[in-house]
This record gives sequence, C-alpha cells and structure tokens, in this order.
Amino acid sequence: MTDLLSLDGVTAHYGLFQALHGITLSARAGETIALVGANGAGKTTLMRTICGDLPAGGRIFLHGKDITGIPAHRLNAMGIAMVPEGRKLFPSLTVDENTQIGGYTKRPGAWSREAVYDLFPELIKRRANKALDLSGGEQQMVAIGRALMSNPDLLLMDEISLGLAPIVVNQIYEAVDKIRAAGTTIVLVEQDIGRGLSVATHVYCLLEGRVSLEGKPADLSQKALTDAYFGV
Amino acid sequence: MDIFYASVNGVLLGGLYALYGLGLALTFGIMRTINLAHGDMIVFGSFMSLVVTRVLGLPALASLVVLIPAMFLLGRLFQERVMNRSLGEGIMPSIILTFGLSVVIQNALLLTFSADRQTLSAGQLQTMSLPLTEDFAIGVLPLMTLCVVIVLLIALNWFFRHTMLGRAFRATSDDPEVVALMGIDPRRTYGLAMGLAFAIIAITGVFMGLRTNFAPFDGPARLIFAFEVIIIGGMGSIQGVLIGGVILGVAQTMGNLVNPAFFQLSGHVATLLVLAIRPSGLFPETIERD
Repeated sequence: MTDLLSLDGVTAHYGLFQALHGITLSARAGETIALVGANGAGKTTLMRTICGDLPAGGRIFLHGKDITGIPAHRLNAMGIAMVPEGRKLFPSLTVDENTQIGGYTKRPGAWSREAVYDLFPELIKRRANKALDLSGGEQQMVAIGRALMSNPDLLLMDEISLGLAPIVVNQIYEAVDKIRAAGTTIVLVEQDIGRGLSVATHVYCLLEGRVSLEGKPADLSQKALTDAYFGV
Repeated sequence: MDIFYASVNGVLLGGLYALYGLGLALTFGIMRTINLAHGDMIVFGSFMSLVVTRVLGLPALASLVVLIPAMFLLGRLFQERVMNRSLGEGIMPSIILTFGLSVVIQNALLLTFSADRQTLSAGQLQTMSLPLTEDFAIGVLPLMTLCVVIVLLIALNWFFRHTMLGRAFRATSDDPEVVALMGIDPRRTYGLAMGLAFAIIAITGVFMGLRTNFAPFDGPARLIFAFEVIIIGGMGSIQGVLIGGVILGVAQTMGNLVNPAFFQLSGHVATLLVLAIRPSGLFPETIERD
C-alpha cells in the first residue's frame, strides 16, 4: 500500500539561507505525525512546503502522485488543508463566512458546517460575529473548522495550542481526537512535546533543518528525544 | 430656498461622483492597488460608447449591452496579463504602471478622436425634468444616475455578503496568501474583481458622457473627484462612496451658491476637512494587512 504522504529529500530556502536539508518522511492513511523541535528547526517551513506555500526541492508525493511545485491553491482540491500558525482567520468575515470559505473547493465528504459546529458547539452562538472579535481559543476552533470544511485527506496543523489556556488546549485536543477517529491523516507541529507524543502515532524530531530522530512515541526514550531536540 | 435647491442638486450631482468613486473603491478595496488611470478609463468608456452608438446606431444607454461585457473582459485581461505581474512588490509598481497607462490612453484617444469635445446623445432624456415646486425642477437624467448607483451598491452588497465568489473577494482582500490555502487563486480573484470594476467604469463613462461633454484629457480631473469620494467615504469602502459622492456634490453646489468660482474649491476643502478630522474616512472598511 502506498503512503498517503511521502517526502523524499525535501529542501527549502529563504533567499540564500537553506532552512531544510533533505527531509524524508512518510505517513500512511490514518496516521498522526507529530513534528517536534526547537524554534527555527524548520517545522513550520516543512509544513509550508507540503501545502505548496513555499517552493521545495526534492520530491513530495500525495497518494503516490508527485505534487512537488503544485501551487497551494490547487492542492486544497487535491486533499490538503492547513491550519496555519497564528490561526490567520479572515478578520473582516464572520465565523460562518470563514468556515464557508474553507469549503470553497466543495470537496465531498463528511464535514459540513453543521458537523463543524457539532465538533465545536461553543462557536454556534458566535456564528454571526466577526472573526476578529473572538477569543484566541475560539479563533483556533474556527481555523480548524475552516480547514475541515474541504474534507481533507491530509490535515496540517501548525502550533494549534500556542498561547491558549490549558483548559482550552484540552478542548482542542479532544476535537483532534475526534478528527483522527474520523480517519483523517494529520501532520501537526507542537511546541508542547508531551502533548505531541500523546496524540502521535509517529514522531519526527527536527534539528536545524534535518530529521534528528524519528520513531513511534513508545519506542523513544526521554533521553534520546532530549538529545535529538537540543542536538547534544 | 436657494440652499434647499442647491442641496438637492448637490445630492443628484453626488450620484455621478459616487459612480466615479465606485470603480476606484473596488480596485483599492480588493486588490489594495491604486489605479491612476481610473479617470482616463472612464473617459475611454465614454468614447467607446460614442463608437458603439455610431457604428450600431444604438442610443447611448443601449450601448451598455455591448460595453459592459466588453469592458469586463478588458479589465480581466488587464489585471491578469499586466497588473498581476506587479503583485507582492508593494503599491509602487502598480502606481507607476497605471500612471504610464494614463498617458497612453490620453494620447491614444487624442490620436483617434482629435481634441474636439464630444457628447453622447440620448435624445429627450437629457432635457427632461420633474417639477418639484412651481419654480424648481430636477433633471431626470441626474435622478436616474443616482438611482443607478444606489441599485449598483445594493447589488454589490448582496454579491459580497451572500455569494461564495463575493466572500472569496473579501477573504482575498483580507489575506491573499491564506486564501490560497482554501483553494482560491488570488490572481484569478483579482482578474474578476478588475473585470467588475471595468464593467462599472463602462456604466460611469456612459452616464458621464450623457451629462457633460468630454475630451481625451479629461481623465485626471475625474480621477481627482473619484479620489475625493473614496477619501471622504473611507478608502476601499463600497458603501461609503454614496456618502462621499453626496458630500462632495453638496459641498460643490453650496460653494457655487456663495460664488460660482468656489464650485470646485469648496469640494476640495470638504475633502481636506475630512482628511484632517478623520484620516481614514467616514466609513473605513478595509482592515490593515500585517
């Protein structure tokens, strides 16, 4: 069986600076991959290359099909959705409109506005509010709901717990569990390693643009992970 | 009573000014670029209407049936082939580009149509009037212009709030990079938005040509009025153009009442006052991008 997502020697540059040095990674359907690593290790850059936001060297495959170089706006219809770092909602649109925009490509599947509001019932009373007026946690929920609206095969989530109160983070991760249970393949970047390990079926630790350690969470010792994280 | 008559005329004049501002507000509101050739494109629209009426023998208003789709296509081509190349480099390339285009349009019109002043003809419509009191009547054409702009504003508002494409326009205005993650190609959205702006420019050109005579170098003066309208109404605010147009129109007719030489000056003073008191206009709409 082919992998849902596979990366073969992926590189990326910001100007002359090389941010990724030959990343090789793969995810089977239904897996949850956690990318961990220190600030500047290349986690967000890697997410941006996968969703087509940043040009990449090497090769990226989705369902065995080479998608390297395909621009971001075409990848959504092919099954990749992204929850960007910092939520990046459309501030002048309402909550309802933000979720509707997420379903622009009309990819068929189980997710609809009703299903998103079932997942995050606290958004129902906020439907008509401008996205700008929501709390950080609510904004994060809208950002996840917006991404789900395209019924993605692969959901990329960048720092979904950043800056949120622990109780809200718990709520959001309960939703992530439900999304996983629905069979969606997830790649997530998580600052909180404990959190990342608890949801992941497979962990990749990045260090200075390279994979410094990978494996199933249960197989990785605390020591090995710490060494890979800090590069000692 | 003079003040009342002047305000009614000012409001009616404001309808035409709102049309001037509408196309510019659309391009600025969605693309965040400034079209310095906007006034020249309006004049171009008037001349094209002249050509269509002469060749096909249609009345000027009927020429819109040809002009609106033709200008939509032209706007789309202009955005996709020319303006989109200058994206992501800040606002300066689009200003230089449209400034150059402004010069090109003026001179191309001069070469083709000479410097003679032209008018569009709609027969009786231009002289018809509705008596309000015994000694005061309002023109049917100015009233029609005001109604057209109100209908356009209602239609645009509906389009932006209740259609998927309209929402995509607003989302693209907020953040063209994130919108791509939703499967929307911002370049295509920009092309459609410019097409829409050009279709409105066609309508503006016809109503301007019916109202006043025009010549190849009239564009920049129209551009200044359009700018004043969107500065008063709020940069990028579609609904603000009506208020902006009306305030500009009333300021001009009031100034005219004091002394006919103050007609234009009082409009500029009103704009400066708004700039001094509320720099972002009365109804600021566009949200600052990061």
